[in-house]
Amino acid sequence: MWKDLGMDLEKHDEFLAPVPEVYGKLFMAQENRPKGMGYFDFVVGDIHGIRVKELVDHKANGGKVVASFCVFVPDEIITAAGGVSIGLCAGAQFPVPTGEQVLPRNLCPLIKSSVGFKLDRICPYFQVADFVVGETTCDGKKKAWEILDEFIPTHVMELPQRRAEADKALWMEEIRRFKEKMEKESGVAITAQKLAASIKIANEKRAALQRLYNCRKADPAPISGKDVLLISELAFFDDPKRFTQQVNALCDELETRIVRGEGIAEKGAPRILITGSPMPIPSWKLHAIIEGSGAVVVCEETCTGTRYFETTVREDGATLDEQLAAISERALNINCACYTPNNGRIEDILRLVKEYNADGVVYYNLAFCQPYSIEYRKVEKALQEAGIPVIKIESDFSEEDTGQLQTRIEAFLEMLDK
Amino acid sequence: MIYAGIDVGSVAAKAVILSNGKILSRVIQPTGWSPGEAGKAVFEAALAEAKITRQDVTRIVGTGYGRVALDFLDRAVTEITCHALGANYFFPANNLVIDIGGQDSKAILINKDGKVLNFIMNDKCAAGTGRFIQVIAMTLGLELDRLKELPPAKPATINSMCTVFAESEVVSLLTQNVPKERIVSGLYRSIARRTAAMAASLGSVRGVTFTGGVARIPGMQEALSDALGCPVNVPDNPQIIGALGAAILAKND
Repeated sequence: MWKDLGMDLEKHDEFLAPVPEVYGKLFMAQENRPKGMGYFDFVVGDIHGIRVKELVDHKANGGKVVASFCVFVPDEIITAAGGVSIGLCAGAQFPVPTGEQVLPRNLCPLIKSSVGFKLDRICPYFQVADFVVGETTCDGKKKAWEILDEFIPTHVMELPQRRAEADKALWMEEIRRFKEKMEKESGVAITAQKLAASIKIANEKRAALQRLYNCRKADPAPISGKDVLLISELAFFDDPKRFTQQVNALCDELETRIVRGEGIAEKGAPRILITGSPMPIPSWKLHAIIEGSGAVVVCEETCTGTRYFETTVREDGATLDEQLAAISERALNINCACYTPNNGRIEDILRLVKEYNADGVVYYNLAFCQPYSIEYRKVEKALQEAGIPVIKIESDFSEEDTGQLQTRIEAFLEMLDK
Repeated sequence: MIYAGIDVGSVAAKAVILSNGKILSRVIQPTGWSPGEAGKAVFEAALAEAKITRQDVTRIVGTGYGRVALDFLDRAVTEITCHALGANYFFPANNLVIDIGGQDSKAILINKDGKVLNFIMNDKCAAGTGRFIQVIAMTLGLELDRLKELPPAKPATINSMCTVFAESEVVSLLTQNVPKERIVSGLYRSIARRTAAMAASLGSVRGVTFTGGVARIPGMQEALSDALGCPVNVPDNPQIIGALGAAILAKND
């Protein structure tokens, strides 16, 4: 199957070789870990197997596989056209040098990693995808799509940068254009009935993730931040219905734990909220350092966190037009740093610190990720005024700064005086 | 009660033995290739100098990048927290600590009790650290210890903060027959400016304590004072401040 996908098998094996050991150390070795994590361990354990097979079969039955990198890309439209939406690998250092062959070195590692994954032919999801949906959330991505398009067809959605009427109209038009693109590619006409069903599927997934995050508000936290990050990462490419069911099953267990006062960390352990750039699979470094230092990550205000699921699509649309408008509205309510101004994000962070009872905020910035890097100044000021300790950590997917980051995170935790 | 603090840095291992708030002994040794061995050796040397045995010590706190290699500690704490406490011991009125060590540099804002309020640390490169000075000294054919003997001079301009680029800049200055003392002076100024810029983001400064191995260089002290626009205080032995802070923490715990 992998050969048919045009994979570079030798390189692929080299890339995956260290994963079982790292995964075992970071995830499996956690004491008192919820049993419900078993399903997610299974998905990771077979990350380039069963799910890929499902996608290959889906294509054999005439369905489309559409790949994306961003919370703005409307899964609902893909599903309504009988397609499968998958998020792509973008969080590993391994393909970065290859990405740098076609992209500048001083560019965000997420973009270099993702393009490198395609060029290296080591990500089966990239290989199985019919096309990629890019978006213009930052200049780096905007220009990188032109290059990626040389290797796999890439449809770009132009995202608005403000929230005025003209911007809403622009995005509505982009949603419409994407619907037409999906219909053309799949040969399936999207009806109001189909779209209503797919909106429901996506919303149920978001609700399950919200339920999971709500569990983390308890002290002691019933589940580690690492495990929740992993679940958020898997949310992008697992089958949505199955995933929702498994997250809800895990939540049943977590809610019982909360009643019993059981936790993954000690009661009173320092609680950390992470905000900033996304952490695509397998970027687990920051969580590993924070939780390895005795704290627990209780919330992520990132695209692999609350930004992914906090905003849902209204389900009351009766006509196709109303439904598309509702889908379009969702993106404008997400507080991504691509917007200007973006004060809503600051309000979100302050609210989440309270809701999750966080002791401190770690502002995570991928190197060269300008929107989040520049926005730090305003976030820092707001947090300082609210008396909430914050530290900015700029890093990439490599391991070379682990020791340095360890010292900075530990010093930050010592500063919290818990 | 007797307390010990051990700071295993990238270049030197330091130990301080503290009794009734007084320093009984302090020892500095090169870290060498084994941080664990160096930490043990420097602790034993400090015990010997204080004429006490291991059993006399109530509690031991370790710090520095090599802290994880020490298996006999009661607790390991970062050098940020320790430098803050150690600096506060000598200069309690100062609210900013600048520490420049072998591999990293940091600016730490503290309160009157030596508690860390905020800090900033260099990223993964060695710009503006002891290693940076060492590389340039080598390029100039100077032993590190001889840097101090150079006469004060008008600083030559060194633009690059990258250790590798700065090295080639220095080579180019040498080909233009710029005297070594002017290059070294320029080097101090560029480190001081970078450090001052780092500190500026932390807030208003009442007084500065300069610690770490690099603080022993008089030219560096002057350059830092110039860049910050205020006097800096350097403890008698700025290298042991981290170990002293660790010992103080052992006592406070």
